[in-house]
Amino acid sequence: MGKWTRRAFIGTGSLVGGGFVLGVAGVAFAPGRHSVVSADAIEKGELTTWITVTPDNFVTILIPHCEMGQGSQTGLAMMAAEEMEADWERVRIQEAPALDAYANAYMLRAFTSESMPAPLERAIDYGAYRLARWFGTQATGGSMAVRGTGYGMRIAGAAAREMLLAAAAERFGVRADECTAARSHVTHAASRQSATFGELAKAAAAIPAPSNPPMKDPDTYTIRRTSKPRFDIPPKVDGSLGYGIDFTLPGMLYAAVDIAPVQGGRLVSVDPSPAKAMPGVKEVVELEEAVAVVADSYWRARKALAALSPLYDDAGHGDVSSDTIFAAFDEALGAAPEMPAEAAKVVTADYRVPFLAHATMEPMACTVRVDGDRADVWAGTQDPLNARSTAASALDFDTDQVHLTNLMLGGGYGRRLPFSFDYVHIAARIAKAMSPTPVKMVWSRETDMQHGYYRPAAMCRYAGALDAAGRPLAVGANYAGGGDGESLFLPYAIADQRFDGRSASHHVREGAWRSVLNSQHGFFKESFIDELAHAAGKDPYEFRRDLMDEHPRFRAALVRAAEMADWGSPLPEREGRGIAIAESFGSIVAQVAHVAVSPEGKVKVRNFYAAVDCGDVVNVDSAVAQIEGGVVFGLSAAMVAQITIGEGRVMESNFHDHEMIRIADAPNVEVDFIHSGERLGGLGEPGVPPVAPAVTNAIYAATGIRVRDLPIKNHDLSRA
Amino acid sequence: MAITLTVNGQTRTVDVEPDTPLLWVLRDTLGLTGTKFGCGIAACGACTVHLDGRAVRTCTLPVSAAEGMPITTIEGLEQVQDGELHDVQQAWIDHQVPQCGYCQSGMIMAVSSLLAQRPDPSDEQIDATITNICRCGTFVRVRRAIHAVADARKAGGAKKEERHG
Ligand code: FES
Ligand code: FES
Repeated sequence: MGKWTRRAFIGTGSLVGGGFVLGVAGVAFAPGRHSVVSADAIEKGELTTWITVTPDNFVTILIPHCEMGQGSQTGLAMMAAEEMEADWERVRIQEAPALDAYANAYMLRAFTSESMPAPLERAIDYGAYRLARWFGTQATGGSMAVRGTGYGMRIAGAAAREMLLAAAAERFGVRADECTAARSHVTHAASRQSATFGELAKAAAAIPAPSNPPMKDPDTYTIRRTSKPRFDIPPKVDGSLGYGIDFTLPGMLYAAVDIAPVQGGRLVSVDPSPAKAMPGVKEVVELEEAVAVVADSYWRARKALAALSPLYDDAGHGDVSSDTIFAAFDEALGAAPEMPAEAAKVVTADYRVPFLAHATMEPMACTVRVDGDRADVWAGTQDPLNARSTAASALDFDTDQVHLTNLMLGGGYGRRLPFSFDYVHIAARIAKAMSPTPVKMVWSRETDMQHGYYRPAAMCRYAGALDAAGRPLAVGANYAGGGDGESLFLPYAIADQRFDGRSASHHVREGAWRSVLNSQHGFFKESFIDELAHAAGKDPYEFRRDLMDEHPRFRAALVRAAEMADWGSPLPEREGRGIAIAESFGSIVAQVAHVAVSPEGKVKVRNFYAAVDCGDVVNVDSAVAQIEGGVVFGLSAAMVAQITIGEGRVMESNFHDHEMIRIADAPNVEVDFIHSGERLGGLGEPGVPPVAPAVTNAIYAATGIRVRDLPIKNHDLSRA
Repeated sequence: MAITLTVNGQTRTVDVEPDTPLLWVLRDTLGLTGTKFGCGIAACGACTVHLDGRAVRTCTLPVSAAEGMPITTIEGLEQVQDGELHDVQQAWIDHQVPQCGYCQSGMIMAVSSLLAQRPDPSDEQIDATITNICRCGTFVRVRRAIHAVADARKAGGAKKEERHG
């Protein structure tokens, strides 16, 4: 990895009425010889951060990202306000226009160093992917928002502060370094002079922007590391916030769509007459892989669609099922990795996890108007840039003929990332058929459930060797499904490690699902290390801890989680604790699950304890919320959720057969942060990977039953 | 067919098929998009409103069945005092409950109905009644906020009695 430079392009200007405005046009990062900021960034107006100070002493921070619920905007504003020494009560935020947001790919490219999940790597623009991933699955306090845009925010805030200090010094007739900025005022204590940022704004705008403003010492933070209410919450409690599905245009029509059930299948034939005879129906649109009914209300479109009996082909995948896919994995995995001959004990185990749906609460929806050589698209996406080019390709347009307005998302978790924009593609083609009338397409839950980009099903064959003293000599795994990325790393001192990815392809469409491949490998590796501990006759927490001398951050998180959970204290019969740890997206999360298993085999997860080292925390409460959410998300996957393939298609269709955790099954979650001072890591995703192994390890402690494939609901855990 | 509804205290006449689910009439005919579509089979609670004061899931409720009964949506949740949010909405802000927020209209309608019927619900009663799905996983805060509203109402009620007495 290269070194960061603090070289920033900062531009300033005056505002009508005497305010001042400041922008940072991208932070230069030079990995080797390549600069990632385009040379003409300033001319093109690719400003990534804007701060405005108005005479009424309000600071408005313009943020080039939409809010998806992780509190990113609030966190970014906190970073800028902190450096600026603004009074948080007098800070406002404003969302930047969508086009400006595209410039963020530069920033994200600059701040990316980790490896990307293999299936996505070749396919997409690196920066756009990271931008999207940040939108989708990461949080305030440590994510791309912080690593990328947050850095620009800090520079902008610090530069603004320096300029305000200089303006005050001139006004007071003193030296700038004798002045202090605090709570949106600059004060010169010796001469007892003081002025508000608002009063200084006009003069500050005339001061040249410093290119390398000093940043605050983290120990002096007054805004960061506290909890601030999120700006995005009030419109979410009174129904006023408009999501993609809520968008309307005058004269708009509604589309309901049915898609070939087997991925890759085509529409063979459909008789449109039953639908056309129904009230309000305007058109039956046949697409290559789908049929849509367009009507004057969504319900009428839906009802008419249900009257059709479209015939599809199965693209030759009609014999594929979850069983055949896992059988192919099993064969590809071959023999377990060989273990050293001197081993006193060899342990082997197979693990498997199913496909999973994102199941965002808002089903896919998209509104499109095609009028002549211009198309307008309104949709909730995690990457407006890629969604726009998807619409363009569906319409055979150039991208600049397409205007996309990104709307609030009712959940993303990776479903609305680049190369997952089938909903935009389909909506665009329907609207083309109805041009120039705008059409809003809304998917049914059934369509949404059966046309996802699923978390890959995967299987893993582990082997491990212990010496006579119960110390691990070697560990190895063959795995198939998904891939590996950064997710194979073991923080344990085991000298001999061998991992071998095998391929066994299938037609089921896959995508990035909250925490990506860590969701599979987190379960595999933390289950296996637990099995090794038990085989060695050791306490699974102590066994892990004693192998972590080389990785003090992991050790500290593990120890903290164990302390939080009062690890080792006695529990009633059929209750148990399980521990697991995983690093993903730059954050280390150790968790302890406390479960109780009834004699009938019902699992109740009572408590979850999470110790999180994400470097530092920006907005504490929203960071806690992200981990709480990650635990529940991970728990659905561990306990109940699965996507099953049969006859080539997805068998689950709605929330009656695709279960998710509800409040009755949601445990208490306690979260604690370790301020390691390391590089900021993510928060949206890292809470997920340790959840499943923590629970299955706890079930083992409670019952002696080892769950090696998910979800847990498929296992009989009743007293034998 | 013309159907007369009473929504958030206003009388509205709509011309829709009587079997149209109330959800789509609210959202598409009346433009009240705060009520959300999640599943269409009464399994997630995103579409919850109050019908005659009780929480109902509107995605499977024919509009004809709502005729003549007062309907309250998230947009019309009764204000405790003019200019102030309903105390459940305020608790949702105080406890920073929403993440993406999509499920929260339904969650708030279900909770406000529960609290109207059971002023101080136990955890078991919450578990049995609040079966709404939140994919973002905000349940820890939902539970906390419910108890906070119940406690505040108890304290507020006690104060009022004091003043009167
Ligand atoms: S949309 Fe009505 S319960 Fe899900
Ligand atoms: S807040 Fe996103 S689904 Fe509940």
